[in-house]
Amino acid sequence: MPSYASWDAETARAIIVDRRALPGALLPILQALQDEFGYIDREAEPLIADILNLSRAEVHGVLTFYHDFRQKPAGRHVLKLCRAESCQARGSDALGRHAAATLGIDFGGTTADGSVTLEPVYCLGLCSVSPAAMFDGKVVGRLDENKLDMLLAETNR
Amino acid sequence: MSGLRIFVPGDAAAVAVGADAVADAIRIAAERSGIQLDMVRNGSRGLHWLEPMVEAATTKGRIAYGPVSAADAADILKAAAADGGAHQRRLGSPEELPFLKKQTRLTFARCGIVDPRSLDDYRAHGGYKGLARALTMPAAAVIEEVTQSGLRGRGGAGFPTGIKWKTVADTAADQKYIICNADEGDSGTFADRMIIEGDPFVLIEGMTIAGIAVGATQGYVYIRSEYPHAVAVLTDAITAARESGMLGKGVAGSVHAFDLEVRVGAGAYVCGEETALLDSLEGKRGMVRAKPPLPAHRGLFGKPTVINNVLSLATVPVILEKGAAFYRDFGIGKSRGTMPIQLAGNIRYPGLYETAFGVTLGELVEDIGGGTATGRPARAVQVGGPLGAYFPRALFNVPFDYEAFAKADGLIGHGGIVVFDDTVDMAKQARFAMEFCAVESCGKCTPCRIGSTRGVEVIDRIIADRDRAANTALLEDLCHTMKFGSLCALGGFTPYPVMSALTHFPEDFGAPPRLRAAE
Repeated sequence: MPSYASWDAETARAIIVDRRALPGALLPILQALQDEFGYIDREAEPLIADILNLSRAEVHGVLTFYHDFRQKPAGRHVLKLCRAESCQARGSDALGRHAAATLGIDFGGTTADGSVTLEPVYCLGLCSVSPAAMFDGKVVGRLDENKLDMLLAETNR
Repeated sequence: MSGLRIFVPGDAAAVAVGADAVADAIRIAAERSGIQLDMVRNGSRGLHWLEPMVEAATTKGRIAYGPVSAADAADILKAAAADGGAHQRRLGSPEELPFLKKQTRLTFARCGIVDPRSLDDYRAHGGYKGLARALTMPAAAVIEEVTQSGLRGRGGAGFPTGIKWKTVADTAADQKYIICNADEGDSGTFADRMIIEGDPFVLIEGMTIAGIAVGATQGYVYIRSEYPHAVAVLTDAITAARESGMLGKGVAGSVHAFDLEVRVGAGAYVCGEETALLDSLEGKRGMVRAKPPLPAHRGLFGKPTVINNVLSLATVPVILEKGAAFYRDFGIGKSRGTMPIQLAGNIRYPGLYETAFGVTLGELVEDIGGGTATGRPARAVQVGGPLGAYFPRALFNVPFDYEAFAKADGLIGHGGIVVFDDTVDMAKQARFAMEFCAVESCGKCTPCRIGSTRGVEVIDRIIADRDRAANTALLEDLCHTMKFGSLCALGGFTPYPVMSALTHFPEDFGAPPRLRAAE
């Protein structure tokens, strides 16, 4: 289970300043902030805008364009199920329904107790071992209902 | 030698089916039985139904076992220690397995064989010979060699690589860039991931040759965030190359400077489009740019930029080492050389199959791929990712060749093949193509941004049998607008899966089936 620091403006400022000189620094900065805190806090936007000399709208625009960036923390565990064609050909639609029903949430949702976030992903490059998923950053292939239930059981711990 | 040499793939597909657990179990078993172990986490050989496939170095060459589970580890280790002895999972020499034996591996020559993090191992297997030869040639001759080889962009567009390089070389600028597009987002493709995880130095060498040929000193590899294993291996390999003077100032003792940096994407499919990738690298939203100007004239930060796919760049070293004629001799028509084809979806023998252009779709699916994994008849095959056409069995005679696929209203794209059995609902697949385009559209042009959403709605009406004939005509019209009116391949190619589904599988849309003379 990944663990993240709680939001802290001073740490964030240091992360941003460290990377400000990189060509095209905004994406590496957002990625580093998310690695540290698990999401990009709203307060980070004016901070980045100020240090990179961008408008706040530009920062917000980039942040919201990319699927990876979170504006609020995810659940303690994140299950990304591949929903692209190769996995579809091996029954990922049914697995997706099973996961959603078991957790009682839709794709994009987080369980009420904050234990699991369920997300779609469009290809993990594991098409030769479809259906595939990523659970807390670990890759899983040849997924079936059994394996999926075992993963979900881990989230109760 | 420091002990028993055992290879356990660190390739993400192998890891996804338990390779890390197998590696741990082998280490524990070795400790218990006092066997000195020299374990290499190699790339994958590409026989993915056999993963995790463990190999042992023996007096008879390498001996493979697979698929191996953690529970088998102790027994496999014992067999391996007995000079590749018997075990029910023993496969024999991997090179003798028909799936591998029938291939022509030029780009993937070392993948699965070498230690991906060892520069010495790379050199021991012929690495950096291409660069060594390139350094003895004038830059223009290096570019000419690539042009003469017939190498075309393996990312999907199929544009001649040498011509792209020449355009950048001919454009004067104080700074130029080499960008490797490793944003391999197409479902059914994994060749970029495999080569980066299994033989990263070949990509570094290819990019270095490109940099020297066009006069660029800085390169970027843009890898998608869904590929953490590839990011880790390539980052280590770049550090190793830099430490031994193969990157940085005075590459390989020459006067040339070239350095590399890995940049990670953020989950936007459209960033695989080269101009959206440039915007993303510049720290912006990944919006598609109108062309002209071409990236070769005004690319990253407005400077002349070569953007090539991983496979194109990884093929450059072998072309420089063995010469243009060697490479050009493989293939058919205007499709020269080999293509690393990726077999995925519902297929019995999924994996990577590199072969000369010209093999037919039917051979790939039925003979090499062994038909479907479910044992049911293959009904539709999508070639070239989510923007590629669905082919029915009646078109299984189409040869793998850029022009032949275009003639059949399809594309080979990045060489991914996804097989579906007869339970597939093609109207649903067509709907998914439009839905995917709607989710991933960068929003810059109207046909893609609005057309994809309207496309989903129209297909929903067809599926619900509301004004079916009128809505089918409307869908065809919409596809025409998207194909010719979109700024890039996302909106422009989404009609391929939609129209091919509608044309070849009308019965799934409530229309009478097409008469198929071939069947």
